[in-house]
Amino acid sequence: MNKNIDTKKIIISNPLKLDCGKEINNFPIAYETYGELNSEKSNAILVFHALTGDQYVSGKNPITNKDGWWSYVVGENKPIDTNKFFVICANVIGGCMGSYGPSTINESTGKQIGTDFPIITINDMVNAQYELIKYLEIEKLFAVVGGSMGGMQVLQFVANFPDKAKLAIPIACTSSHSAQNIAFNELGRQAIMADSKWENGFYSNYKLNPDKGLAVARMAAHITYLSEKGLQEKFGRKLQDRDSLRYGFEADFQIESYLRYQGSVFVDRFDANSYLYITRAMDYFDLSKQYKGNLSDAFKETKTKFFVISFTSDWLYPTSENREIVIALNSIGADVGFVEIESDKGHDSFLLDVPSFLKTLGDYINSTYKVINERRI
Amino acid sequence: MKEEFNIISNLIEENTRVLDVGCGNGDLMKFLQENKTKDIRGLEISKEKVQNCLSKGLTVIEGNAESDLKQFPKSSFDYVILSQTLQAFLNPEIVINELLKVGKKVIVTIPNFGYWRVRLQLLFKGTMPVTENLPHEWYNTPNLHMCTIKDFYNFCSAKNIKIFKSIALKKSRISEINESNLNYKNLDSHLGIFLIES
Repeated sequence: MNKNIDTKKIIISNPLKLDCGKEINNFPIAYETYGELNSEKSNAILVFHALTGDQYVSGKNPITNKDGWWSYVVGENKPIDTNKFFVICANVIGGCMGSYGPSTINESTGKQIGTDFPIITINDMVNAQYELIKYLEIEKLFAVVGGSMGGMQVLQFVANFPDKAKLAIPIACTSSHSAQNIAFNELGRQAIMADSKWENGFYSNYKLNPDKGLAVARMAAHITYLSEKGLQEKFGRKLQDRDSLRYGFEADFQIESYLRYQGSVFVDRFDANSYLYITRAMDYFDLSKQYKGNLSDAFKETKTKFFVISFTSDWLYPTSENREIVIALNSIGADVGFVEIESDKGHDSFLLDVPSFLKTLGDYINSTYKVINERRI
Repeated sequence: MKEEFNIISNLIEENTRVLDVGCGNGDLMKFLQENKTKDIRGLEISKEKVQNCLSKGLTVIEGNAESDLKQFPKSSFDYVILSQTLQAFLNPEIVINELLKVGKKVIVTIPNFGYWRVRLQLLFKGTMPVTENLPHEWYNTPNLHMCTIKDFYNFCSAKNIKIFKSIALKKSRISEINESNLNYKNLDSHLGIFLIES
């Protein structure tokens, strides 16, 4: 987070009016691109990242030195083939990978903004990223794609800019954060804020980091990304590096050790305040409320083709919530396809090697690209 | 199969909005897209078949016609097609009513249980008929409500459903069905194709 890495960045000079009422300007958006934009500028795909994602979709992430978060989907000869498509992904505002967020240094004080950072929404994130599309001089995207919070951004993008994408693929998401979703996010936030090193969000002033709280937040969230069956099959009651119980509170079980590990690696790459701000943005997301309770109205103006995907074992953003998006689109005669993919991997399925998902997504994108280009829409 | 597709295609006007209910692997959708109209959607219950359709770039929704047709507004399609699927529903009457709501016109095709080859199997072999068109055994058939051309014809008149066109198919021979030849067509055709409206 905000380490000295060479991130691509633009400064947005246009003022952006946020939903909270505040206005921001001259703020950075960090982004990454993959593949080449063709001469007609007709092959651009904007990928939106999820809660803890970043702009490094594919290839090696220069900060973690691990594969990009969507390496199964984006890359050469992958479902979104970068030999063919120009893929753009930006770090959301509120994030900690170079875009304007709570860890951005306030130049007048020389300190991190911390919790003086304004509350942002999914709508604000999308509007900020649209500035990047304008900067790249792309009149119309071929597709906007994203899973989880990325899917929410897909929906918001089409609602805000009905003629700027030919195809929209929201995956494993919802049009409105449920009580359960809010509850889990609140649990994470309380874990961070209960850490004495949080210092009301100004921990960096004291060279502190609420890493214990952030790790607990991540551990709790991580459970929601998996399925009961997946957990049981992978871990069961297997013991960690021992033959019998130790009668103490060490990580006796593999699942404990796994979660502790997930928590500990997460704090190295993610900012605790960003976690607060981004989960808040997700909780505030209610697209139908933005349209007076009628979700269909969000898409009334658009000719964008939709493809909605959910997963059988995803209980965080279950099929029923994805289906509501499909129903809203069908009720206005929009062009929408939908499938629920069979998978035991829970909400995380969209990030993982789920062959029928990867095949269907790739084939659909490629054949739709062919059809749309042939028709020259 | 090809003959059925041709007949269906001939019943549809160009550049209209079409929904194929129980679209399977999307063969009919593909055929109509190439020959009649680009604006075609599908509804299919099998995940695997939905994925096959989507892989071809077809706009298909995974869903069950008995519960998921409701989401489409009234008369939102010029034509709704139900090809050789009616017999597989728990409640065909409700499905027909839903189809007639969603579509301005509905095309229903029916594997004819009154075909003489089917009748002979039951009459002489005394077993449930298994034919090229109805390949399942009684214990694994998805077909819950088999009917004959005459059954469907009578059903439409009893329910005040208008039949615009009714066509009988035997191998590749196509003929019109009417009041006077109904009994003969019911005996001598393997498939009935109906264009109806509420």
